Amino acid sequence: MRTESVGTPPDEVVDCLGQRCPLPVIAAARRLVALPVGAVLRVLADDPAAAVDIPAWCRMRGQELVATSTVDGSPAYDIRRVH
Amino acid sequence: MLAALEDGWADPAKLYSQARRARQLLDAARAAAAEVLRVRPDELSFTPSGTAAAHAAVLGGLAGRRRAGSTLVHSAIEHSAVLHAAQRHVTAGGTTTSVPVDRAGRLDLDAWSAAVAAPGVALAALISASHEVGTLQPVAEAARACDAAGVPLYVDAAQSVGRVPVPEGWSVLSASAHKWGGPPGVGILVVRKGTRWESPYPADDREAGRVPGVPNLPAIVAAVAALRAATAEAEAEAARLAPLVERIRTVVPATVPDVEVVGDPVDRLPHLVTFSCLYVDGEALLHALDRRGFAVSSGSSCTSSTLRPSHVLEAMGVLSHGNIRISLHRDSTEAEVERFLAELPGIVAALRAEAGVVGL
Ligand SMILES: Cc1ncc(COP(=O)(O)O)c(C=O)c1O
Repeated sequence: MRTESVGTPPDEVVDCLGQRCPLPVIAAARRLVALPVGAVLRVLADDPAAAVDIPAWCRMRGQELVATSTVDGSPAYDIRRVH
Repeated sequence: MLAALEDGWADPAKLYSQARRARQLLDAARAAAAEVLRVRPDELSFTPSGTAAAHAAVLGGLAGRRRAGSTLVHSAIEHSAVLHAAQRHVTAGGTTTSVPVDRAGRLDLDAWSAAVAAPGVALAALISASHEVGTLQPVAEAARACDAAGVPLYVDAAQSVGRVPVPEGWSVLSASAHKWGGPPGVGILVVRKGTRWESPYPADDREAGRVPGVPNLPAIVAAVAALRAATAEAEAEAARLAPLVERIRTVVPATVPDVEVVGDPVDRLPHLVTFSCLYVDGEALLHALDRRGFAVSSGSSCTSSTLRPSHVLEAMGVLSHGNIRISLHRDSTEAEVERFLAELPGIVAALRAEAGVVGL
């Protein structure tokens, strides 16, 4: 599932390392709406539940999970604001 | 039952008269359980739990087929009892293939068929219905694929026995008495005639050599009485509970914003319903419900000792936080369900307000 970090750098990064779900999902939701449509938010989250909940949140909210990768040894989720 | 308590202390394997009486009670219990499961009495053994039965099913099924191979194929949503036995197999040098499920928690039959047809498969394990989300598994189709590949199928039927019929075609089956309303500490292991199964335990003659130790006769007699009662009432009970589950499945997403009801909407157990509330901490929700007198479970990681999300919700790709599982039983009433439905929206709203996530 996890690929090495590729392509375009994100427009913004939110660091949720050490936080337990649902906190990383809440942080992602808060920050994404502050960005313009089309922008990409990177969420750094090492709670194993984030690997399930961030993709599920994107699906429920109709936002796009562009990539999951490893950045400096931590899981990173890149989300594009679609609407 | 009283007879079992009176003579149940006696060892059914001995020859004094109480022991002979104990033997008769055990035989009668075995015959009655076998009749319910439509198997031969000599195919059925009592175990100290559903977990012990699952361990014996997996490890014994693998041991009996070690010449055929060392791969265990299992669904991604097996009970931890099966997965822990699988881990033991891997530690001992064996391999496993985990077969995915879809978003509704239903086995991917194409992947399953390919996995069991691969070379070196000793055993395949499939849960009859998910214990976390209630989705019934395509056991008959999975059994046909196993049959075509010449691989025995083990079905963990703990969630189905005493509630819904278990499809045919399996070679090994396990069940758990407290799941059908019997006492804890009794499980059932069935090994069909002709199945290559070898006890994973040190030698012992009890229970046809399948389960070591003197069986707990009073609990077994009670378990079988409960099994007969549950089976006799299963259809009526399903007809009573399924509409309550359906009501929860439709009312909760209509009255609570941002809820994901999970599991197959149609092919499901009649008594179990699971949903996840976005942005809500599962443990906080569990405690809030408990304070209002609702005993429910959760697959959220914050409520587990492992701090990992439920492997079942993970395999389905559904929201794992804010997760609630409701298991209805004989004493659950419509009034209770209605009170739950009336109180849940306020409870979730209060937790979301506290976390400052309203309108996100
Ligand atoms: C599907 C399934 N398998 C196995 C078990 C284990 O049974 P027991 O609790 O009797 O050990 C359970 C119950 O927890 C279960 O739901």
